[in-house]
Amino acid sequence: MTRARSLNHAPTRSLNRSLNHAPTRSLSRALPVTPAVVLLLLFLAGPIAYCAYIAFTDLQLTGQAEDSFVGFDNFRTAFGDEAFLNAVWLTLVFTVVSALLGQNTLGLALAALMQRASKPVRTLVGGIVITAWVLPEVVAGFLLYAFFRREGTLNAILGWLGLPTQNWLFTLPILAVSFANVWRGTAFSMLVYSAALNEIPKEITEAAEVDGAGGWRRMWHITLPMIRRSIGTNLMLITLQTLSVFGLIWVMTRGGPGGKSQTLPLFMYEEAFQKSMIGYGTAVALLLLVVGSLFSVVYLRLLRTEV
Amino acid sequence: MPRTLSSRTPSSRRTTHRLAADAGLLAVAAAFVLPLAWVILSSLDTNANLQVKLPDGVTLDNFDAVLTPDITFTPLLNSLLLCGGGTALTVACAALAAYPLSRFRSRLNRPFLLTVLFATSLPITAIMVPVYALFVRVNLIDTMQGTIFFFAASQLPFAIWLMKNFMDGVPKELEEAAWTDGASSLQSLLRVVLPLMGPGVAVVTVFSFVMMWGNFFVPFMLLLTPDQMPAAVSINEFFGNRGTVVYGQLAAFSIIYSTPVILLYVLVSRRLGGGFALGGAVKG
Repeated sequence: MTRARSLNHAPTRSLNRSLNHAPTRSLSRALPVTPAVVLLLLFLAGPIAYCAYIAFTDLQLTGQAEDSFVGFDNFRTAFGDEAFLNAVWLTLVFTVVSALLGQNTLGLALAALMQRASKPVRTLVGGIVITAWVLPEVVAGFLLYAFFRREGTLNAILGWLGLPTQNWLFTLPILAVSFANVWRGTAFSMLVYSAALNEIPKEITEAAEVDGAGGWRRMWHITLPMIRRSIGTNLMLITLQTLSVFGLIWVMTRGGPGGKSQTLPLFMYEEAFQKSMIGYGTAVALLLLVVGSLFSVVYLRLLRTEV
Repeated sequence: MPRTLSSRTPSSRRTTHRLAADAGLLAVAAAFVLPLAWVILSSLDTNANLQVKLPDGVTLDNFDAVLTPDITFTPLLNSLLLCGGGTALTVACAALAAYPLSRFRSRLNRPFLLTVLFATSLPITAIMVPVYALFVRVNLIDTMQGTIFFFAASQLPFAIWLMKNFMDGVPKELEEAAWTDGASSLQSLLRVVLPLMGPGVAVVTVFSFVMMWGNFFVPFMLLLTPDQMPAAVSINEFFGNRGTVVYGQLAAFSIIYSTPVILLYVLVSRRLGGGFALGGAVKG
């Protein structure tokens, strides 16, 4: 609508511009953007540029008068550092298990079930899942810390069922924090997929039903292809969100024990502050930022027709 | 005969499907609700531990114990200052920036919007270390205003994007009438456009506020003085300094700290239907 209208108006306006004093006009039009641009440049672009600079220095927190340029040393150190490679691996596990498999699949399943469920159940379940999402990160961390602790709820239930219990945060910390992230993040995928499924015309699925396609086949051959753009967008966004999770893991395990749940953001924090290697920590941050940018670009490609 | 058969089977099948879907959803909800049940039950229990259990006797002692200036009021006031300031700045800048993007055509619109959208999805966590280093250098470390500025900047890309999409929904004709009457762009933005997109502004405001309220890493990095800590960080104290953790009090504080954002969410999502936050971002 809007786009069509502005297209119609375009010729008149360009005529106006050439007749009127164009420079002053475009200047006054650009003026409202200034505060936002200044903020973004100073506090977002600035730090990113600074990040790209100190990643190539040996800046430390204390005990060093001047930092000096060390080229790719930080990156070379990183790829030879077992703790770094461990963090990369754990980040990969965390992202695949919690975002791609967990949030994405569970979100889609919940959205699909909600299409058929009765209204009270839909409201109740939606409310619970969304509450988990709206809770502050740290609170979510505490709730799941309590859930997974040795004396916590999960073990109580397992014990009651006669199943073996264990100290989850100690034996399988990365799985525990991954499940925590599923608990916290599934609502997002659920909302995205609910919106997408609501847009599928009823006639199409009904026609398939009449033709005798069962539930799974309809899902696989009709629903999924029709919402593939939403799937792409959702995967991109939850991957990016998961890449930057810090508070949840920090509260639950502090990255431990012995680095067994130390994803890249926690590794970055530890190197930069607990070991005072700001330059090295920033190099890790830059790598994270580059990976994030790549995902971001793919996301833009997916949305390309929208802007 | 065939008619009754064909009209009955689908409807009874639909009922079965509905029951199956209900059962599936309730099973997932049961798993999701356990951690939430823990925090509610424990907050009312003087002998709370880490398990979900019914309190021996319902009591508000835990709330009583944490409702002190030291534990609750100062951190919540700090949160309010930080997030209120950050949100006000975000919304004001986003509304101003969205206006020309939505109203005027320019060669710069598209690159600007693409940059904004690109920034929306950057992992902000990654830049916290350089932000810390930069803030130390320019003496903004451990200041409320520095943290507010960073909060606003980190939330701005998404806020601009949302705001622009909502603004596109306001018909231009109404504004052209105001222009004919001699209103400037700023006047028509304030008097015509923003009032007409009230729900949109509410969404951007609530969304920004909720994101900042829940954010842990930013104040954790940029603020050092305990007196300035918002609730997101001060909640850590329950684990750190107090020796044995009083879980009941921790639960009570968690509830007090979470309530504002849940209420805000309910308020806005009721008005606009669920999933408000996704407005323009993931139309995919």
